[in-house]
Amino acid sequence: MVSKKIVLHFPKRLVDRPIVYHLIKDHSLEFNILKASVTPEQEGLMVLELKGKQEDYDKGIHYLTGAGVIIESLSQNVLRNEERCTHCGACITVCPVGAFELDMASRKTKFYDKKCIACGLCIKACPPRAMELHF
Amino acid sequence: MPKTIEEINQKIKRGEAVVFTAEEIIGVVKEKGIKKTAEEVDVVTTGTFGPMCSSGAYLNIGHSQPRIKLGGGRVYLNDVPAYAGFAAVDIFIGATATPDDDPRNKVYPGEFNYGGGHVIEELVAGKDIRLEAIAYGTDCYPRKRLETWININDLNEAVLFNMRNAYQNYNVAANLSSKTIYTYMGMLKPNLGNVTYCSAGQLSPLLNDPYYKTIGIGPKVFLGGGIGYVAWQGTQFNPTASRTENGVPKGGAGTLALIGDLKQMSPRWLVGTSMLGYGPTLTVGIGIPIPILSEEILKYTTVTDDQIIATVYDYSDAYPNRRAESIGEVTYAQLKSGKITLQGKKVPTASLSSYPRAVEIANTLKKWLKAGKFELTKPVASLPDVESGVSFKPLQERPIKH
Repeated sequence: MVSKKIVLHFPKRLVDRPIVYHLIKDHSLEFNILKASVTPEQEGLMVLELKGKQEDYDKGIHYLTGAGVIIESLSQNVLRNEERCTHCGACITVCPVGAFELDMASRKTKFYDKKCIACGLCIKACPPRAMELHF
Repeated sequence: MPKTIEEINQKIKRGEAVVFTAEEIIGVVKEKGIKKTAEEVDVVTTGTFGPMCSSGAYLNIGHSQPRIKLGGGRVYLNDVPAYAGFAAVDIFIGATATPDDDPRNKVYPGEFNYGGGHVIEELVAGKDIRLEAIAYGTDCYPRKRLETWININDLNEAVLFNMRNAYQNYNVAANLSSKTIYTYMGMLKPNLGNVTYCSAGQLSPLLNDPYYKTIGIGPKVFLGGGIGYVAWQGTQFNPTASRTENGVPKGGAGTLALIGDLKQMSPRWLVGTSMLGYGPTLTVGIGIPIPILSEEILKYTTVTDDQIIATVYDYSDAYPNRRAESIGEVTYAQLKSGKITLQGKKVPTASLSSYPRAVEIANTLKKWLKAGKFELTKPVASLPDVESGVSFKPLQERPIKH
C-alpha cells in the first residue's frame, strides 16, 4: 500500500471532464480531496491524497499524465523562507495537521513538509510572512 | 565587595570581563553559589525579539530645491502614511501605519502584508523608498508636491525611536468564544483551542532586573542589531503591578522607550511583521547588559522560567471589554512545554516572541562585551520605582455633551 499527497493541475480543456471519477473507478484507489479550486483562467487545481496498491497507484498516475494533468508532489508546494523565519513559533498551533513542531533543545520551530496538506493557514498567520505557497 | 560600573568597564577595556547570558548564569550560580559568582561575574546579558507596535523612526530627508514644508502636509513612504507635524523636512514613520488603500479588515481577516514596520525594515536594508508628499506652499517653502526616491544613506538623520518596548512581562491570550479570533496575539482558536504568549521569559531584560536597579535612563543597549540607549521609561509604565515574592511582576509592569541610530542597525533585527486581522507592526531585537554590582542584582538575574508567572486572559470578551478577569496563571516553563492546563483542558501553546533569536542577542552582546567593543553606562536617572506611585491608568471617558 502507498499513500501519497499530490497536486494536480488541470489545463482548461480538462476542467469539465470527470478525470478524478475515472482515476478512482478504473484504478481502485482511495482518495481524499484536501483542496480544490478553479482559477479565473479556468485552470483547475486539486490537492489529493491517494491511497492504494503501488501497482494501482502507478497506473492511476499514468492515466492522469496521459490525460494531460500535470502532477507535482505536495511537499514542494509550501516552502519556508529560511531567511525570513524568526523561529517565533506562532505557526505551531495554527497548523491543523501538526506540521510544525518545537524542538525543545534549540527552541527552534521544525517544519515537516511531508505532513503538510497545503491548506494555506500558516501563510497568512506567519507574522514575518516566511511561509510561501508555490503552485 | 561590591563592584562599580567604572571597574567593570576597566575590565571590559582590557578584554577581561567575565560575562554570561541570563540563561547561562542560572547554571553558574547553581554550581558556585551566589557569593562566589557575584565576585567573579561582571555582566549578565539579556535579550528579547518580539513584535513591538509602539516603535517607529524619525527621518530628516534634507531640503529639496525649491523647498517644501512637509509639516502640515501629507507624506507617504511606499504608500504608507508618515507623520509630518514637525518642521519642514522631519517626518516620523510608525510601525503600525497602514497604506490608505489597504482594505484593512473589510475583507476579514485583513492580511496587512505591508505597513510602517515593513518600511522601516526596507529602509534599514538600504532599499530605496518612494516618498510622495503634498504640502500647502508658503512664501519661504513654495513647493506643493514632491515625488522622489529616498535612501537611508542619503538621509541627514534616521533614528529609531520606540516609545514602548521590552515589556517586562506579558499577557497570555486565549479564546473562550466559539469562533476563531484574530488578535495582536495571533490567531486564537475557539473554545480554548490554543493560547499564545510573548516574552523571552528568563532571558528577557526587565525580568532579570525586576526592580530597575541597573536599567535606568541612559544605558547603552543592543537595539535592532546596533547600538541604542534607554531614552525614558516606556509608555504604560506600571511599576506597581502585582508581583510574586521574588519581585517578578505577573503581568505587564515595566517598559522602556529606546532610541538609536537606524543607520547602524540591521534588517535581521528589525523585521516588518503582519498580524492577520490586526495590522502591521515591527519585530524588534533588544538586548540589555546587567552589571553585577552586588549579590542582590546577581540573584535577580538567576530567575528561571518556572518562577515567572504570566496571567491568561480571554481575548474574545474580557480583554476587548477591558475587564480584568483572568482565566488563570501559568509559568513560562509550563508555556514552553507546549501545553498548559486551563479549565481542566490541555491547551497547546505558541509563542510570538522568538526565543532562539533572544538567545542570539544575549550571545552577541556577550561577545561585544568580551571583545571590549561595548562598555556599560551608568543610568543618568532611575526609572520610577515601586514606591513612586506611578501606575497604568485606564481612560476615564467623560462624554462630551452637544
